Amino acid sequence: MNEELKRELIIENYNNPVNKGLTNDKEYITISKSNPSCIDHFTIELKLNNDIVEDIRFDGEACAISTSALSISISKLIGKSKEEALDIIDNYNKMILNEEYDSSKLEELEIYKDISKQPARVKCATIGINGIKDILEKN
Amino acid sequence: MDYKKDFKFLNKGIIYFDNGATTLKPNKVIEKMDEYYYEYPSNAHRGDYDISIKASEEFENVRDLVQQFINAKTDEEIVFTSGATESINMAIYGYFMNNLKSGDEVLITKSEHASVIIPWFDLENRLGIKVKYIDLNDDYTFSIDNFKKMINSNTKVISIAEITNVIGDKRDIKEITKIAHENGIKVLVDASQSIGHIKVDVTDTDVDFLAFSAHKMLGPTGVGVLYGKKELMDEINYKHGGGTSVSFESPSEIVYKDLPFKLESGTQNIAGVIGLGEAIKYLNEIGMDYIDSYTNDLKKYLVSKLKDNHNIIMYNPDVEGSILIFNVKDVFAQDTAIYLNNNGICVRAGDHCDKKLHDEIDVKNTVRVSLYFYNTKEEIDKLVTVLNNSNILEESLGI
Repeated sequence: MNEELKRELIIENYNNPVNKGLTNDKEYITISKSNPSCIDHFTIELKLNNDIVEDIRFDGEACAISTSALSISISKLIGKSKEEALDIIDNYNKMILNEEYDSSKLEELEIYKDISKQPARVKCATIGINGIKDILEKN
Repeated sequence: MDYKKDFKFLNKGIIYFDNGATTLKPNKVIEKMDEYYYEYPSNAHRGDYDISIKASEEFENVRDLVQQFINAKTDEEIVFTSGATESINMAIYGYFMNNLKSGDEVLITKSEHASVIIPWFDLENRLGIKVKYIDLNDDYTFSIDNFKKMINSNTKVISIAEITNVIGDKRDIKEITKIAHENGIKVLVDASQSIGHIKVDVTDTDVDFLAFSAHKMLGPTGVGVLYGKKELMDEINYKHGGGTSVSFESPSEIVYKDLPFKLESGTQNIAGVIGLGEAIKYLNEIGMDYIDSYTNDLKKYLVSKLKDNHNIIMYNPDVEGSILIFNVKDVFAQDTAIYLNNNGICVRAGDHCDKKLHDEIDVKNTVRVSLYFYNTKEEIDKLVTVLNNSNILEESLGI
């Protein structure tokens, strides 16, 4: 994907993120994630159905990278098993940290590959997906 | 004036507009701290040898410099702390917690820093005091009339900044203190933003307590000052058991030393205090009146230049001071800050540790430019040019 398309995808997911707005349904597991070094803040809801990620929703105020990365992560992870989802998240985190990772697992999430070159943005790219990871690991 | 010879950092090609968070440090401050570590790196108030005596003298000289700088009556009224946060906490937990009771009222505003608001909220929970907000003016500045309206027989404290860290407005502390004292109200002033910008005079204003940090006035991090009137400081019960502050033979015989030492337990940040002294000397050379008028003019220049850019929303353009908060239309504050960083300009984005001000302003997060005397019109011109771009969001992504 060329740079222009990557930027378009990020801006589209920032301006119109998927599943924004909380259900406040008790069947969802909820977590709040803040970034201590910046101002990003998300509340994330996740619904599991027999180890399958049935739905993820979020709300909050955050920058373009944080919001778009969470939006694309949500699209990618819904419908996956807990194990598959955690594997994708693990590979995503490796990519962000500029470590070896399995490119075939990430698809669109690879647009954030170069974030490792911007120290100020690394936490933005991971705050949302690591909120999902926290929920999956604890439930 | 060109300050590049005085500040090594100014030669790096980075434009630094985050002086409200911390100021740059002049070479002289850094060299003076180096001198301590290289030439007389001993503890203070401890030894009978030459270099320890030298360290003690240098340390205590700074207490005198601080006393003169804020025009305190005696050096016993100057206590060194780790920063303004500890100073404010020392006054609130060490003095006010022992002198307030349930039902007493403390007045603050919604533009105070978290380090002021949080300890007062905690005391509300602990003691049942009531923390009340003085309504701000429409431009988010302080209103003396609203202050007067809030006073009743339960009002015991007003706790406000002399200059606020988001709006940047300057409060008339002398007038506020006069009104407070006429009503038996104690005054605690957070001078973090004012100490490096205007002449702070505790005798003229007659404040009861005043707190500030060295690092917002050209000094190092990790050092602050609590000023308090001697009779009030004597009452402070905020002791960390340790050396310097006490003498003792047995548990029943602990004797606390006199001010200021009873509030300075343990080895102090000696290099930091000595660095603060050098910062004060430098500020005295520049002149506080000059700093105040220069930074006010620089802000006016910035506002006049940004007014032509219709994508910029300014929230405090007409408030006299050195701080401007703004947003770029449809761009999150942090994305603007990262875009500016990509262009070599340092600004702060966020709520600036002011968790209540967004009740007043309709936006939670803003970009803050906070100016100081070493900033220039040329730097402002660069900022204005860089902000004159319709692709800020796209270019902030760095992808």
